[in-house]
Amino acid sequence: MTMRIYVPGDAAAVSVGADDVARAIEAVIAAGKRDATIVRTGSRGMFWLEPLVEFDSADGRVGFGPVKVSDVKALFAAAATHPRRLGLVENIPFLKSQQRVTFARCGIIDPLLLADYEQHGGLKGLRRALATAPGDIVQQVIDSGLRGRGGAGFPTGIKWRTVAGVQNDRKYIVCNADEGDSGTFADRMLMEGDPFLLIEGMAIAGLAVGATKGFIYIRSEYPHAFRQMGRALDVARAGKLLGPDVLGSGRTFDLEIRLGAGAYICGEETSLLESLEGKRGQVRPKPPLPALQGLFGQPTVINNVLSFAAVPTILAEGAAFYRDLGMGRSRGTMPIQLAGNVKHGGLIERAFGITLRDIVEGYGGGSFTGRPVRAVQVGGPLGAYWPTELFDTPFDYEAFAAKGGMIGHGGIVVFDDTVDLAKQARFALEFCAIESCGKCTPCRIGSTRGVETMDKIMRGERVVENIDLVRDLCEVLRDGSLCALGGLTPLPVLSALEHFPDDFTRDAAKAA
Amino acid sequence: MIRPARHAGPEAWRPELMRELAEALKHVDGPLLPILHSINDRFGYVDERAIPIVAEVLNISRADVHGVVSFYHDFRKAPPKRRVIKICRAEACQSMGGDELYDEVSKACGAGSDVTVEAVYCLGNCALSPVALVDGKIHGRLDTEQALALVRS
Ligand SMILES: Cc1cc2nc3c(=O)[nH]c(=O)nc-3n(C[C@H](O)[C@H](O)[C@H](O)COP(=O)(O)O)c2cc1C
Ligand code: SF4
Ligand code: FES
Repeated sequence: MTMRIYVPGDAAAVSVGADDVARAIEAVIAAGKRDATIVRTGSRGMFWLEPLVEFDSADGRVGFGPVKVSDVKALFAAAATHPRRLGLVENIPFLKSQQRVTFARCGIIDPLLLADYEQHGGLKGLRRALATAPGDIVQQVIDSGLRGRGGAGFPTGIKWRTVAGVQNDRKYIVCNADEGDSGTFADRMLMEGDPFLLIEGMAIAGLAVGATKGFIYIRSEYPHAFRQMGRALDVARAGKLLGPDVLGSGRTFDLEIRLGAGAYICGEETSLLESLEGKRGQVRPKPPLPALQGLFGQPTVINNVLSFAAVPTILAEGAAFYRDLGMGRSRGTMPIQLAGNVKHGGLIERAFGITLRDIVEGYGGGSFTGRPVRAVQVGGPLGAYWPTELFDTPFDYEAFAAKGGMIGHGGIVVFDDTVDLAKQARFALEFCAIESCGKCTPCRIGSTRGVETMDKIMRGERVVENIDLVRDLCEVLRDGSLCALGGLTPLPVLSALEHFPDDFTRDAAKAA
Repeated sequence: MIRPARHAGPEAWRPELMRELAEALKHVDGPLLPILHSINDRFGYVDERAIPIVAEVLNISRADVHGVVSFYHDFRKAPPKRRVIKICRAEACQSMGGDELYDEVSKACGAGSDVTVEAVYCLGNCALSPVALVDGKIHGRLDTEQALALVRS
């Protein structure tokens, strides 16, 4: 039998040489006329081990990593004693202790083979949905407790119910794959490693609300994911997962992909819809809700990649299966992304409730540099900077909010003790200035004033007065902004000030 | 879209090709961004002279097209140099020295070099920071020396 060798084709793995390793393996196979074939999978999400190469064995898949081109020959000659041998991949503690629900297949299957997808549990949810009344699909999503994974945490089923309740010939399903937050990559991994899951989730949404057409808006910073998603749509159409006769049901659903153009604000849902329509990505006032007047003025479901991707499991396994995971009002699992200055960075899918300490110290193993961890920023550029004193906070929407933070899209960026939180606060304001859509004065102009004021603070000029000025500016931003870009920029700034005040006053002495 | 390896340099400006690109995509839903991407891709930038052509093909005002071109960071106003490196300047990369990487590469690729250095904010590879795209190809765990070797290769 042909032996299968798995090499990730995920962009992160490629960024550290996975393509070169795959070519080297190919060459060994060709030279030795071996009966082996390479499968380019997604990533398992253990990025410090990439490129992580896997071989089939009688006991399961054996991993080697990180593999360099120079390691490849020995992989064939002396696999059992290879220094990069990791044993059975599923037994690696980082992976073994996870609860992979959304990411159950990622890194395992061939992402572009529908048969592989189905063999590993795919399409069960859509088949169920095709045999279920639309109202019942919506009810199951409501019952699962699923909340939007894009950041705001709005109940997905409730949104769907609104769209389902409108009488209209045309409705749209839109996937927000703009994933602009630093420290996040789960949407990208899923689109590259298990794209049919997203397609299946969107098709179920179409059945639930009565929409036959959808769009996936992918940021241009993800050229790899864009290409992969395009290929997956072609395969899905050929395999009748999409098109005029979805899985032979006679029902229609089809998807198109669109590329963003380098604007963070286009992750905000109304800005994204403007951009899809071919306009400047300026935020629309709400109401009207996109659910009532969304894309091209029609009722529209817009959800994050991970929200759609959770739905097939809910349909296949039942709402209770999903709802029974998690804590409080945060139900199900969260694909947490651990990034930055961390030893073991990657994707950690767990039921809500795991503490920040278990994530950063347990899974992460501390900082990459080996220096003490001093701060984390959770929830992207609009998320709070927290000290290690808050590490016992459980990963849960409400628990984070209670301590002045947010989990957002689930990204955690780790910083060691060389970080300067005044500089990070300055960056938060600078980012707001760079990415502002320009509609609100505080966001457009106030952010630049904030940067200038932070510069003065960092030069030690009138530090006390200037800190007060930054606080005032933050208040104006919070109260005078139409969307969360301006409205939440105060979060990283004020949390840095609150938890790390010394970083702001350190330079006062210099100027005195 | 971000271009693949483009050692030969972008194509020279041609109005007929511009019109062809616009015509090819004018029937998709929300055609303006796809058209601008296709132009930016082919020529490396969106020439001022493209604006009236695109406006005419889509039957919208020049001001509308101009407004969209200027809103998005991806659409360049001038042709890039022979090599393009987009370096991530967002937080996860900052935590691993991304700012220094950006500053040092920018300094080394100043006037007279054939490298365009651009800032981007997150490439979705934040567990292998610092990160850059070199002619569309992603590289993680980069240091200045490696980055310069890549753009000079
Ligand atoms: C400035 C800003 C940026 C955002 N970026 C994203 C993003 O990149 N991806 C995303 O899914 N949601 C993003 N959101 C949230 C969306 O507006 C919206 O809440 C989400 O797409 C709804 O889907 P969900 O309910 O499935 O999360 C952003 C919001 C704001 C204010
Ligand atoms: S807060 Fe900023 S980004 Fe949001 S709508 Fe206002 S100007 Fe635009
Ligand atoms: S922050 Fe640099 S790749 Fe995400």
